Amino acid sequence: MALIQFREAIGQAMAEEMARDDRIFLMGEEVAQYNGAYKVSKGLLEQFGPRRVWDSPISEAGFAGLGIGAAMVGLRPIIEMMTWNFGIQGFDQIVNHAAKMCYMSGGQFNVPIVFRGPNGAAHMLGSQHSQSFDAMLTNVPGMKVISPSTPYDAKGLLKSAIRDNNPVIFLESEMMYGMKGEVPEGEYLIPIGVGDIKRAGEHVTIIAWNKMLHVAMAAAEQLAEAGISAEVLDPRTLQPLDEDLIFNSVRKTHRLVIVDEGWDFAATSAQISDRVQKECFDDLDAPVARVNSLFVPMPYAEDLEHAVLPTAERVVAAVKEVMYVD
Amino acid sequence: MAAESKLKYDRDFLISVYKDMLFGRRFEERVNQAYQKGKFAGFCHLHIGQEAVCIGVQRSLRPSDYMISGYRSHTQAIAKGIDAKAVLSELFGKSDGCVRGKGGSMHMFSKEHRFLGGHGIVGGQTPIAAGVGFAIKYDKADDVMVCYLGDGACNQGQFFEALNMAAAWDLPVLYIIENNQYGMGTDFRRVTSVESLAKRALAFDIDNSQVDGMDVLKVYDHVSSIVSKMRKKPKPHLLEAHTYRYRGHSVSDPGSYRTKDEVAQFQARDPITTLGDYLKKHKVATEDELKSWDREIKDQMTEIEAFADASPKPDVSELWDHVFVD
Repeated sequence: MALIQFREAIGQAMAEEMARDDRIFLMGEEVAQYNGAYKVSKGLLEQFGPRRVWDSPISEAGFAGLGIGAAMVGLRPIIEMMTWNFGIQGFDQIVNHAAKMCYMSGGQFNVPIVFRGPNGAAHMLGSQHSQSFDAMLTNVPGMKVISPSTPYDAKGLLKSAIRDNNPVIFLESEMMYGMKGEVPEGEYLIPIGVGDIKRAGEHVTIIAWNKMLHVAMAAAEQLAEAGISAEVLDPRTLQPLDEDLIFNSVRKTHRLVIVDEGWDFAATSAQISDRVQKECFDDLDAPVARVNSLFVPMPYAEDLEHAVLPTAERVVAAVKEVMYVD
Repeated sequence: MAAESKLKYDRDFLISVYKDMLFGRRFEERVNQAYQKGKFAGFCHLHIGQEAVCIGVQRSLRPSDYMISGYRSHTQAIAKGIDAKAVLSELFGKSDGCVRGKGGSMHMFSKEHRFLGGHGIVGGQTPIAAGVGFAIKYDKADDVMVCYLGDGACNQGQFFEALNMAAAWDLPVLYIIENNQYGMGTDFRRVTSVESLAKRALAFDIDNSQVDGMDVLKVYDHVSSIVSKMRKKPKPHLLEAHTYRYRGHSVSDPGSYRTKDEVAQFQARDPITTLGDYLKKHKVATEDELKSWDREIKDQMTEIEAFADASPKPDVSELWDHVFVD
């Protein structure tokens, strides 16, 4: 197993798939000559040439739509959004066109496309660069949404996303690109829609994904010191959600805390909470607790930003709440 | 000009062009009647008055060329090859509809005939068209992508993004603005910085031209010339076709923002009557023949409507089909 960065894992997934299938091309701002704003696509232009790797103009709606058109007639585009904050310029194309095309054409035109890029807050980037769009994206039928937390998961899931014949949204994080993790040398795929228990435990289930998984893992460490055994569950895919894995864990631990970087109102965590109270009502020993970002635009100042985002301390407090301990 | 030998066009060609335009006119009239009878609901945008653009363009293309359009596209779909029975069945929300009742008036599609919709978001089809042009070039094919849009779509930002990419990368996309002068009820001149929409091309250094969209032979000659150049050397072209819709924006719009004189002026240059006069003048057809073709086409309409009436409704179980493909 090689220890590689998250960005390298994504880059490897793209390179392996592009080598396998000539129909795949990559397009986005700075992905070619600059090697990617976050160096995720480093070396791809050199390896595959300008026919396969395209620097786009700063026109997210335009190149999202271009990708959709190309996908409708047989290509398999990977469209990089430099950040999903810019990606919402392309929401019309993603929501009104990519997600609807297969359905409204009666199954004639499927759209095999991946829209990928970092989602959520980085650090001190202010209101327009620190948003988490999971809930908005998972609210639309017709596309799959993946949000991995480790280099291993990112590589295996991105390869599956690229091979999927439907629109797939792939959510990354600026804060995780430099994070290292073990990734095997050979090819592997992780199926879309299958979650993973990142830490087994007995007393409480903590669900978290993307960089919040690492917040949850830190909280689990602190809880272990206090004698509380937390199970940390990473759904990895948000749409479709691995509900069975979630229900089985809750039926074992009887308590659930969900950590979600999205704003608390109508959040992905609220959807999970709703499903759990419906399916596991008799198994729950406490109401489901949610730890979300506070419902304000992201402030710039470091202490203010820190106050908005979920932290290990807030997760520990939420676990103690559902455990009824101080 | 009475001598047959001076005819620039083949007689059979002229007759079939006349019949195709008349077919489109009678089809839309039948659609309107069916709507008024309450046979279907939803939005319904008729193409009556704009037949010369639709048929003139179609005759300039070959079957492997691609086409995409906005929401006023029943007759374009038929011209591109979709059976009129499948179009009317789609309007009626029936299972023999070209997208099995999933689309309706605004969303006709046919993969077989390379008709990529039928789109309801004004201007949203323009970057998708660039993507099809991209794919044609990716495969070094010599097909052409035709993208219809209206005068209203010319003020959408996505259109500018699409034109820029098409120009920057020499994509073989023919953007055809059907300028019928009104974006719903708004005279385009009230909300647009240019009198001629073809001028929109100037900012992108795209070849551009204008054509009388009430004269099918002028449209045919002009578009044939554009398309043959585009096949040899891919690059975009922006064509403004001056046309007029006799009816309101949709069947529910009486069109009271226009004067009767204005409508009458355009009807005096009706594309079907004009070609009919030409056929008579050049002794290609007699008045009796024109009348008999009209009777034949009206009989066909009765048959088409009976087919759509008899087509079964889609089973409710089909609701979940085509959200995704495997």
